Amino acid sequence: MHPVTTTDDLSVQLLHGMKRIRLVEECIAERYSEGNMRCPTHLSIGQEAAAMGVGLALSHSDLAVSTHRAHAHYLAKGGDLQAMIAEIYGKAAGCSRGRGGSMHLIDTKVGFMGSTAIVGNSIPVGVGLALSLQLRKSSAVSVIFCGDGSIEEGVFYESVNFAAVRKLPVLFVCENNFYSVYSHLRVRQPVGRKIYKMVEGLGVPSNLVDGNNPKAVYQAAETAINRIRKGSGPFFLELSTYRWREHCGPNYDNDIGYRTEEEFQEWKNKDPIVHFEQNLLSKGVLNFSTLKRMEYELQNEIQAVFNFAEKAPYPEPQEAFQGIFCRNDANS
Amino acid sequence: MTRKITFAEAIREALYQAMEADENVIVFGLGVDDPKAIFGTTAGLQQRYGRDRVFDMPTSENAMTGVGIGAALNGIRPIMVHQRLDFFLLAMDQLVNGAAKWHFMFGGQGKVPITIRLIMGRGWGQGPTHSQNLQAWFAHIPGLKVVMPATAEDAKGLLLESIYDNNPVIFLEHRWLHNTTSEVSEKAERIPLGKARKVREGSDVTLIAMSFMVVEAIHAAEFLANNGISCEIIDLRTLVPLDWPMVFESVAKTGRVLALDTGMTTGSFAGEIITRIVNECWGVLLYAPQRLAMPDYPEGTSFSLTANYHVRAEHIAAKIGQMFGRTLDTTSLVANRTYPHDVPGDWFSGPF
Repeated sequence: MHPVTTTDDLSVQLLHGMKRIRLVEECIAERYSEGNMRCPTHLSIGQEAAAMGVGLALSHSDLAVSTHRAHAHYLAKGGDLQAMIAEIYGKAAGCSRGRGGSMHLIDTKVGFMGSTAIVGNSIPVGVGLALSLQLRKSSAVSVIFCGDGSIEEGVFYESVNFAAVRKLPVLFVCENNFYSVYSHLRVRQPVGRKIYKMVEGLGVPSNLVDGNNPKAVYQAAETAINRIRKGSGPFFLELSTYRWREHCGPNYDNDIGYRTEEEFQEWKNKDPIVHFEQNLLSKGVLNFSTLKRMEYELQNEIQAVFNFAEKAPYPEPQEAFQGIFCRNDANS
Repeated sequence: MTRKITFAEAIREALYQAMEADENVIVFGLGVDDPKAIFGTTAGLQQRYGRDRVFDMPTSENAMTGVGIGAALNGIRPIMVHQRLDFFLLAMDQLVNGAAKWHFMFGGQGKVPITIRLIMGRGWGQGPTHSQNLQAWFAHIPGLKVVMPATAEDAKGLLLESIYDNNPVIFLEHRWLHNTTSEVSEKAERIPLGKARKVREGSDVTLIAMSFMVVEAIHAAEFLANNGISCEIIDLRTLVPLDWPMVFESVAKTGRVLALDTGMTTGSFAGEIITRIVNECWGVLLYAPQRLAMPDYPEGTSFSLTANYHVRAEHIAAKIGQMFGRTLDTTSLVANRTYPHDVPGDWFSGPF
């Protein structure tokens, strides 16, 4: 996102980015019931470290695609916050002019090439972006954010296989939060399987990292990306983490019976932000007043963005019937 | 300068000229560099333009469609080919949820200029899963263009135009057309999408056809001319976009219409043609618009099971006779075909 000069700078940027994602999504959760964000919305609260650790290891010329749960990836890649919130509000100023909503985010200026809603759908698209980079002899990489559910889609294997065959510059980032909607990994994949080990068996080197440890994620991503830039082909990173809220929507759902309050608390105790923040405070990388100022500024930014999005105009109803095809005189 | 070449040669020439003109054009598909070279249509391409731009692929229709989409989003113009349309059914998520919607769904950002060549088989035991003509499916999805050439000249010009179109194009090649010939320009002349071709002027009835049905329509029209019925034939060439003005103008002249389709009857594209004609041309119609399409059964494999399966010139002639209250003896149309019913001509001896 921004050039990182020292380890301390990096830590502060990681914390800032994670807090920003958390506060944005808490604001979405708080205001969702007002009924003005009228689209399915999947929150990443609890998974911020995975997104920020990878995001900070990328530059704007690197390309990324993501899934239905994309807010954190979009923001971590440097995507425009105001355009994202306006999109969730269905406004003309939204990053997709209100046509995509929360699940279809895009900011090509920073290389965020799109998030799509069907599980596994964006995986081969990210591989195709990597093919274009290879054809152009670019040093950029393509990053594919996906989840443990997508590992069960046939297209995942097809995509990993082709990336390996062509040695494409692509980093697969699998956030394993153990749930596909309400179905736990143990009913979807054989107990004891290690996803990253299985991918290694497909011929793609891989790594398993604590997805709630932002520094560890950053280091693993940076190492992988440096390898990829040198032409060593694809890499697969599995990040274990946990979704705090319901699959889709703003609420907690530990009471409905598919997971236990104990399991949730166990993961909540591993809050990627709280631990990291305390660590930085205790080491003196950050002092309390700087932290409070950071939070204050973030709150101000977020309030301003939500106020903008609420007041911004909708697209004209007529736009529903425009732009199905790209004009042929458009610049390539 | 034009010269007579086959449909397959015309495709190959278009691919060469597009790759020569634009280094962003790439070609991939299962078998593009094998000795058969997709019925000759990709012969020599890899030798000339290299393995980076012309490559065989894993047997992964869905992912490879997504790979084409991703590459297209970053300025590449991919041409993907499948030796049978039926295999491409594995790629519907990428086609329908991805390629077709991307430009619209992201508010006009990003474009997917991918051309997908799908070859449709018929006869010689191609059977239920090597013979499907699913143009109605593709035409039903907003965001896809659908091209169905009938002649070598159109195959070349429309393929070139499809490659340079900024949108996903489904380019449907009927296998029985690959060996047909016509005069084709040596130059890289493009034919715009959305312009139908008047194959034959006529005054009594309008035949609307696409792809191989154009061939059957021509045979029927010659026979009908000898029986005093003057047919106008419109080759749609592209289903999306469609040249409605030419269709409506012709129907206004003749008042009678028969829509022909290589796909199954129910939900056929011919049904869409007829609906629009009924809506737009009601006042000029002299007879209820008719259609002829394939029966609502898969194509069987056995030689005997295809004997009466497809719509042929004699069926078209009989149907039109009926529209004029006449019973025509069509035995000469059948007798004119000196080769078995399950091949397009003596040139075809299988296997696919």
